[in-house]
Amino acid sequence: MEFVIISTLNGLSYGLLLFMLSSGLTLIFSMMGVLNFAHASFYMLGAYGGYTLSGLIGFWPALVLAPLITGALGAAFERASLRKVHVYGHVPELLVTFGLSYIVLELVQLIWGRVAVEFQPPALLQGPMFTLIHHPVEGLSWVWGAAGALCTDSSAGAVVCSPFPATRGFVMLTALAMMGSLWWVLARTRTGLIIQAALTHPEMVEALGHNVPRIFMLVFGLGTGLAGLAGVIGGSTFVTEPAMAATVGSVIFVVVVVGGMGSLAGAFLASLLIGLIQTYAVAVDASVLDLLEALGMTLSAAARENSIIKLTVSQVAPILPYLLLVLILIFRPKGLLGTREG
Amino acid sequence: MMKRIAWTAPLMFAAVMATPAWAQKGETVKIAWIDPLSGLMAPVGSNQLKSFQFFAEQFSKTNPAGVKFEVIGIDNKLSPAESLNALKAAMDQGVRYITQGNGSSVAGALIDAVNKHNERNPGKEIVFLNHSAVDPDFTNSKCSYWHFRYDADTSMKMEAMTTYMKDRQDIKKVYLLNQNYSHGHQVAKFAKENLSRKRPDIQIVGEDLHPLAQVRDFAPYIAKIKASGADSVITGNWGSDLALLVKAANEGGYNGKFFTYYTGVTGTPTALGQGGDGRVFQISYQHYNMGGQMDKWQAEFKKRFNDDFYTGSVIHIFSSLGEAMAKAKSTDPVKVAAALHGLKYQSFSGEVEMRKLDHQLQQTLYLTVWTKTDKQHPYSPENTGMTLKPVKTFEPYISSTPTSCQMKAPA
Repeated sequence: MEFVIISTLNGLSYGLLLFMLSSGLTLIFSMMGVLNFAHASFYMLGAYGGYTLSGLIGFWPALVLAPLITGALGAAFERASLRKVHVYGHVPELLVTFGLSYIVLELVQLIWGRVAVEFQPPALLQGPMFTLIHHPVEGLSWVWGAAGALCTDSSAGAVVCSPFPATRGFVMLTALAMMGSLWWVLARTRTGLIIQAALTHPEMVEALGHNVPRIFMLVFGLGTGLAGLAGVIGGSTFVTEPAMAATVGSVIFVVVVVGGMGSLAGAFLASLLIGLIQTYAVAVDASVLDLLEALGMTLSAAARENSIIKLTVSQVAPILPYLLLVLILIFRPKGLLGTREG
Repeated sequence: MMKRIAWTAPLMFAAVMATPAWAQKGETVKIAWIDPLSGLMAPVGSNQLKSFQFFAEQFSKTNPAGVKFEVIGIDNKLSPAESLNALKAAMDQGVRYITQGNGSSVAGALIDAVNKHNERNPGKEIVFLNHSAVDPDFTNSKCSYWHFRYDADTSMKMEAMTTYMKDRQDIKKVYLLNQNYSHGHQVAKFAKENLSRKRPDIQIVGEDLHPLAQVRDFAPYIAKIKASGADSVITGNWGSDLALLVKAANEGGYNGKFFTYYTGVTGTPTALGQGGDGRVFQISYQHYNMGGQMDKWQAEFKKRFNDDFYTGSVIHIFSSLGEAMAKAKSTDPVKVAAALHGLKYQSFSGEVEMRKLDHQLQQTLYLTVWTKTDKQHPYSPENTGMTLKPVKTFEPYISSTPTSCQMKAPA
């Protein structure tokens, strides 16, 4: 039972972190029709910026400041470069962001080195958020924080304690808070209404006297700022190193495509789905061989030793998101909640 | 063997002329170090490069051959393909000795490349000094005359580790978690073989292979290990794959035992911290409190680099090169390889022998446990206040394992 709870929470927290990233990516895509290849690079910049700033001014101010700086950098990039190439069409835009991702990677390696940096979460987040206690007699219960003495074995048998790290809880809280405020801005404010209108009818919005290029810049800055926020949190929870952008970059594209290009709700759904798939896949030891045998087939000794048939789900866990991507593209190209075809 | 080499003397004429006998004194021996300096394993790589440079300096002063050692570090990004490029680059610089150790996948590619190169380029032979790649195949089915292993291979380490586990009656359920490449496969295979022979009552409750140096979050694995009810985990993981694993174990409240190869290596001591007291074991050919000259070296290394020295095979390598070059009276790789073949010499753990049969160094192994420092064991890696204290020592005649190697000496 505690395995299911802890694994679900682990999956959800990873999924929500992915959502923080993919929400910005999908916003930018739906607005400008451009897939920002450098999006994960802003995630990395957020993490490294957060690392440096937290050494200077502490973690909490860094948590606010680093995403703001990342967002400003994103907006500046849009203003100075992306807007200029916009007139030449989508392919040059794509190439510019692609090039930017390499430049950011090299810059990060020049400034912070090729080795992972020691980005520790603040003391408040270092312990467990809560602990599940499985007592042989009293059954399952839970306490906030560390369980301490409650975890020592009783006379009735072993007490199993499963702490849930505070950093992961913090990831979930921040992502939910971010989602709430994003929804509020988009649906309940005047700016949000103009952004929504500019998504679908930019000419009309422009004709009404709004500065659409500036809205583009704002959205780009907002999206990259959200990536920066995810970076500070993700970097301190997991590892801050130069390969972090590449690792997460490919997964967020999967999220955006699976969820449906430009759909925020779709990105949310797909993020959680992929987070849970990646966490639970590790736990499944079944293979094609087991499946065939469960179906009542008898296999020859040679077939049993076949290395592909013997592969367990946990071994292929890292490629499952990409398998999902391919399946979605074949059977539902517009994505789970997407509206446009192909 | 020596005779065969003597036959090829005309072929080696040029090489011999370049390095006339008796005249090795004062020569510079370049060693190319081909290991990761980028990526998740970079901290391990840069520590080892520092170790090689530090001991090149130390041994240049004292080696019996009177040669100077120079180490050239080349980043291979932990990739076999990049390593072959690095090998080319090293050869272009006139390097005749290479060393590598991180990743048996890389070592396997290098052994192949060195074999081919030496076959095709007589007179330009290269010697491969393997400092840490422990896949037993390299000294068995794939053994090579040009490859010398100074670490102890998985067959030796697992033999020793399971000999200790055999007597721990509290071990009943074991989980095998390893990296998905040759080294991890071998650890899992030898663990199962040894345990079923020595303690058939021990249950293997789970077995997992995860990608090498890719996993950032081990929490799902820890949840799975807990659910399996395992009281012990056997893992050959190293670098970030071990540090992040024990970090996730601490966070996830797993309090079983860990039987590891590389607890003392960069990152893992910090990730363990004060946790894991008496529960984390390491099998290795050295430990942090060897005493004697080793303590002085460790202290100086720490003073200079603010880092811990844990790759004792570096010392094995430089000691053996010094001895072999003095014995061969030359720095020519062909003569030095012949002198290394079967060489017995003194190293920090007593007498060691580069076994003729397979070029596997025969040496003492130590099983240590992660615990608080005390008077006899004062050295604390990464200033954690903890150390690795020996609980069992395996003399070379015990740690030795048989080989199936059919060594082919060069024609």
